[in-house]
Amino acid sequence: MAIAKVCGIETEYGIQVVNGDPNPIAASSVLINAYARDVARQQTGWDFEDEAPGNDARGEVKEGAMPPLVETHLVNTVLTNGARYYVDHAHPEFSSPECRDALEAVRYDRAGEAIVVRSMEAADASLHDGSHLVVYKNNSDGKGNSYGCHENYLMDRETPFSRIVAGISPHFVTRQLYCGAGKVGSETAFHEGGSVDFQLSQRAEFFEEQVGLETTLKRPIVNTRDEPHADPHRYRRLHVIVGDANLAEVATFLKLGTTSLVLAMIEDDVSPSRSLALADPVRAIHAVAVDRTFSQPLQMADGSTATALGIQWELYSVARKYADDRGLDCLGEAEIGDAILDRWEQVLNGLETDPSTLSRQVDWVAKLHLLEAYRGRHGCGWDDPRMAAVDLQYHDLRPSRSLFARLDTEKLVTEASVASAVVDPPRTTRAWFRGQCLKRWPASVATANWDSLVFDLGSDPLRRVPMMDPLKGTAEHVEALLDSCSSPAELVDRLSS
Amino acid sequence: MAERELKKKQATERTDEEVDEVPASSAAGEKLKAELDDLLDEIDEVLEDNAEEFVRNYVQKGGE
Repeated sequence: MAIAKVCGIETEYGIQVVNGDPNPIAASSVLINAYARDVARQQTGWDFEDEAPGNDARGEVKEGAMPPLVETHLVNTVLTNGARYYVDHAHPEFSSPECRDALEAVRYDRAGEAIVVRSMEAADASLHDGSHLVVYKNNSDGKGNSYGCHENYLMDRETPFSRIVAGISPHFVTRQLYCGAGKVGSETAFHEGGSVDFQLSQRAEFFEEQVGLETTLKRPIVNTRDEPHADPHRYRRLHVIVGDANLAEVATFLKLGTTSLVLAMIEDDVSPSRSLALADPVRAIHAVAVDRTFSQPLQMADGSTATALGIQWELYSVARKYADDRGLDCLGEAEIGDAILDRWEQVLNGLETDPSTLSRQVDWVAKLHLLEAYRGRHGCGWDDPRMAAVDLQYHDLRPSRSLFARLDTEKLVTEASVASAVVDPPRTTRAWFRGQCLKRWPASVATANWDSLVFDLGSDPLRRVPMMDPLKGTAEHVEALLDSCSSPAELVDRLSS
Repeated sequence: MAERELKKKQATERTDEEVDEVPASSAAGEKLKAELDDLLDEIDEVLEDNAEEFVRNYVQKGGE
């Protein structure tokens, strides 16, 4: 049986300084420090003890592979909602807490946006030189520089990695049909010679390999980073780097939901009757991004052809049957699995009949609708800078400037539930224990990371509490225990007895 | 597969019906157009003044 698909989203935001020092590392630090100091009023740092991003799921390290550097000197905080908020390279990054299902992941993704908005306000209030910070939730600067929005999924260690690669690649190549955030033009050599007015995906053209360890150079469609942040004998964390950052809630829900579902089928070794292996997944992901008919034939490994939409219909129909046969408990409560399947079917139908009907659900459709309307009014061509400006400003997170916020897109979570996710952890994963300890005893939590908390109880030595199972430490498991402890020392004593 | 075809077909019919309704009512069409005009007015208002400079100045370092 497939295991619970605990998931989360890490978003690297674009950051721009207006009228000030353009150094993005300094700007990201100002942004996050302002939030930690003035809004959250909390400074618990990150514990780097278990960071090993160079471990390769294939069990070997390819020659010339460059594992990412772990930058321990930059701002790095843990929030009471269980998230990590920090400076990653030259970007502010929000890593959501572990979520039990795709809808919860949407809620915490939105909480991340709300935290960034508050951070901008706090940072601007602290800057007295006339400068201010602007943060964008997108994935490229339009000049060939890309930054990521990564997803993580809990997987059973027993599932062979080669089966994951084979099973998930067709989905990663084609899910951009409804997960793409849209982009004006192109910025890599892949589309040189052909003129590209608009692409479905921000990220697709930056992918150069099918499988690999890197995340910044020669980006692979399937990333092999093997850093489970959990018991490595039982679990794997599939680190997904191929996606776009979404603003439309339905797109985020489908991105996490359909991927969780396909991964569950891979764990249970359920696959389509016809092989969906592409002859050249890298070429295919580029081609799908620029094909607004979704019907361009893609070469399959077995010599046949398939369309991107055909591959999605195939995956959907296997998933529907899988759900009927085995149920979707691994995706959370029953209504979550049902909603994933129903919405998946709806977007595929919409793409097939009239994609413009999806402008409230799918980012690239919403953005394209906006661009076409703008073009209609001003008579400008696709290469007019105003088109790129509309594209960029779609992703501006300032409520006063965001173009996305002006669209009537469909909401899946209430503003009240987002506001609570800004400060409260999810109740159904170990993030609850992390967040609650930080809430209750901020002065006693010295550092935290995904799989442990380190308490400073005022007496040597520091006490580390491991959390090697993402499904333990939930409110159901430990709320009564925490409520009955009058001090962190009592909690640590009772946990270790 | 047959079941999938059926579902697709039903959903397609549903969508077609919805699309048919829009031109049937010119009032609804007018409303959509007015909403789009309002949206475009708002975009003209908030879009950065110098689009060329705004886009040129947005330079990021690669991340991840």
